[in-house]
Amino acid sequence: MTAQTAEEATPDLLYSEAEDDLRAAVRSLLADRTDTPAALARAESDTPCDRELWRALGAGMELAGLLVPEKLGGQGASHREAAVVLEEIGRSVAPVPFLTSAVMATETLLALGDANEEVASLVRELASGHRTAALVVPFSAGPYAVRLPETLTGTVSAVADAATADVLLVPTGEGLYAVDAAEATVVALTPLDLTRPLAAVSLDGLRGTLLAGPDATLAAVRRGLLAGAGLLASEQLGVAEWCLTETVSYTRERKQFNRPVGSFQALKHRMAQLWLEVVSARAAARNAADALATGSPEAPLAAAVAQAYCARVAVHAAEECVQLHGGIGMTWEHPAHLYLKRAKSAQIALGSAGEHRAGIADLVDLRAP
Amino acid sequence: MTDAAELRTLTRELLEAHPPAATEPLDFLKARFDAGLAWVHYPVGLGGLDVPRSLQAVVDAELAAAGAPDNDPRRIGIGLGMAAPTVLAYGTEEQKRRFLRPLWVGEEVWCQLFSEPGAGSDLAALGTRAVRDGDDWVVDGQKVWTSSAHLARWAILIARTDPGLPKHRGISYFICDMTDPGVEVRPLRQITGEAEFNEVFLTGVRIPDAHRLGEVGEGWKVAQTTLMNERVSIGGMRIPREGGMIGPVARAWRERPELRTHDLHQRLLSLWVEAEVARLTGERLRQQLVAGQPGPEGSGMKLAFARLNQEISGLEVELLGQDGLLYSDWTMRRPELVDFTGRDAGYRYLRSKGNSIEGGTSEVLLNIVAERVLGLPAEPRNDKDVAWKDLAR
Repeated sequence: MTAQTAEEATPDLLYSEAEDDLRAAVRSLLADRTDTPAALARAESDTPCDRELWRALGAGMELAGLLVPEKLGGQGASHREAAVVLEEIGRSVAPVPFLTSAVMATETLLALGDANEEVASLVRELASGHRTAALVVPFSAGPYAVRLPETLTGTVSAVADAATADVLLVPTGEGLYAVDAAEATVVALTPLDLTRPLAAVSLDGLRGTLLAGPDATLAAVRRGLLAGAGLLASEQLGVAEWCLTETVSYTRERKQFNRPVGSFQALKHRMAQLWLEVVSARAAARNAADALATGSPEAPLAAAVAQAYCARVAVHAAEECVQLHGGIGMTWEHPAHLYLKRAKSAQIALGSAGEHRAGIADLVDLRAP
Repeated sequence: MTDAAELRTLTRELLEAHPPAATEPLDFLKARFDAGLAWVHYPVGLGGLDVPRSLQAVVDAELAAAGAPDNDPRRIGIGLGMAAPTVLAYGTEEQKRRFLRPLWVGEEVWCQLFSEPGAGSDLAALGTRAVRDGDDWVVDGQKVWTSSAHLARWAILIARTDPGLPKHRGISYFICDMTDPGVEVRPLRQITGEAEFNEVFLTGVRIPDAHRLGEVGEGWKVAQTTLMNERVSIGGMRIPREGGMIGPVARAWRERPELRTHDLHQRLLSLWVEAEVARLTGERLRQQLVAGQPGPEGSGMKLAFARLNQEISGLEVELLGQDGLLYSDWTMRRPELVDFTGRDAGYRYLRSKGNSIEGGTSEVLLNIVAERVLGLPAEPRNDKDVAWKDLAR
């Protein structure tokens, strides 16, 4: 495929009314249930994941089953709606396993088809929101060169939301195993991102149910990671939007030299530039969500473009947020650092920008020397 | 009430009465104007039918299918995009009848006499003087960056009519006859070697008061109509992937593997991603407009494309290696149309330097985004309540 001959269907880059309603509902619930002091206290506790909040979102609002067809107990919605939820999760840096369980693990299982009753019943459980699953790969793994352990041996580090998952989905060279998390040794790690718990999962001596063979497993894991990467862009958009909004409102109020600091061109140009980046990130993220939702052949390119672009925008916005807040931005009590840590970790998650650009080089025939 | 079906019928009647194959293009365009099918959202009798602008697409599709001539909108862009909406909004009935038809059919080209050597971003500081003399105004001054001045029959002109008032209040808006003996047009050669623009010297130019648009002293308000329409006419088109400046670089990369280096590869991919995202952002803006939800994103698109065009064309010159040391032709010429992606990489690199200056500098656009979109406070100003004659210059 070359870029000139690629069939370019026009993606729908807007939000539907139903998507706007979903956003309003999620935002209102998150606004009620999240605040900075509680988030900071939880981050340093033994339970960094907010289980109550997840119950309200995943089971109560039935968001856990958004991507799952109705016949498997889900909402039969699409990646477009999941992306809207992720924007709101990014905006509130809520510590819930939506991306890891309801997107990455669920998408991986869905890629296996529903012929296997074990798979179908697992999908039903995840869709109910009462159980969660973690795909046991490092959170940094992207959808391109997926490296899997030969068998159930060794340790997989930096697995996101593994410590709170009920089921571990372990892809190996032998196939995909479903493991009861209670049977596994899962050691919580200290993450850079305080609102996304990471753990090391020891595979030695684990027993699980083999859900699929090697080839199907590789394809399914790639699918799960592609959906994860494409939709992470929406979370990054939410992070960037919060950072810009906070920075604008702070610099409008903060006065130095007898005027609001936001009136200085040196600062306002930086915020205008960020605004432009956020507007662009929205187009890229919507394009990825729409391509995933419609099953477009362009989905790998759309996800790679969104990830290569939005990861940097979120980091830029969070870094500017800290700097333009001045001293207060450097304090533990101000939430800016939660966003900076989320953004910087997300930049590595699900494939670095460089890996996504290398993927793009293949997809649009711009080969390396 | 005219609907799409009726417009289609009217268009077919026009085509039957004036078959394009057997009609002089100019005669066809005049007939189209008189049938109200020129710009359907304009009033009846002035080339339109007073119907929503979106219905123009119905007429255009019928005419294109029939192979009818168009009015070469790129050649008369300033007339269509800036002069016409201003004449429509502020002109007298007599002015509208006199100017709009020849403007639209392309018989009379228009140019814009706004910017001056001393008034660029701060356009309201302009110093060209217009002094009342009986029924006329006598105009003296210098204008610059005037596209099409050497082709133009008429110009929209803003000039200072009262230097004793603060700068925004002492300006009036005129229609200037470019054939007046006091008008001198000189090509302004640019860094590309071409003269796409002109300098215009005005010496004792006489403009009848009947050619004034809007009240005396209200010129700045009238000019806002012109400038708003300038921004509307930028953007809004669907662009294919690799449709802009990135296209020639990507093609060169594919066709000439011997030019590839790892450093260039990383930079090319980063810019390719940015160009693709800018394209999607433009597409999202277009979808918002179609859905009747215009957003403020338009103000950002010009900023994005200016920077991208410059970076991409800069990379292209480097990619070409020893060929990048060469330039097609420095010969002074006056192109009628401007194509940013035209000619060679060196031209693209040099011409794109203007993208962050023309139509509002990127610095001014960032201020506009910051203040009007984000609601950040304006810088304190010391020029608002001072008479123009007392301003620093």
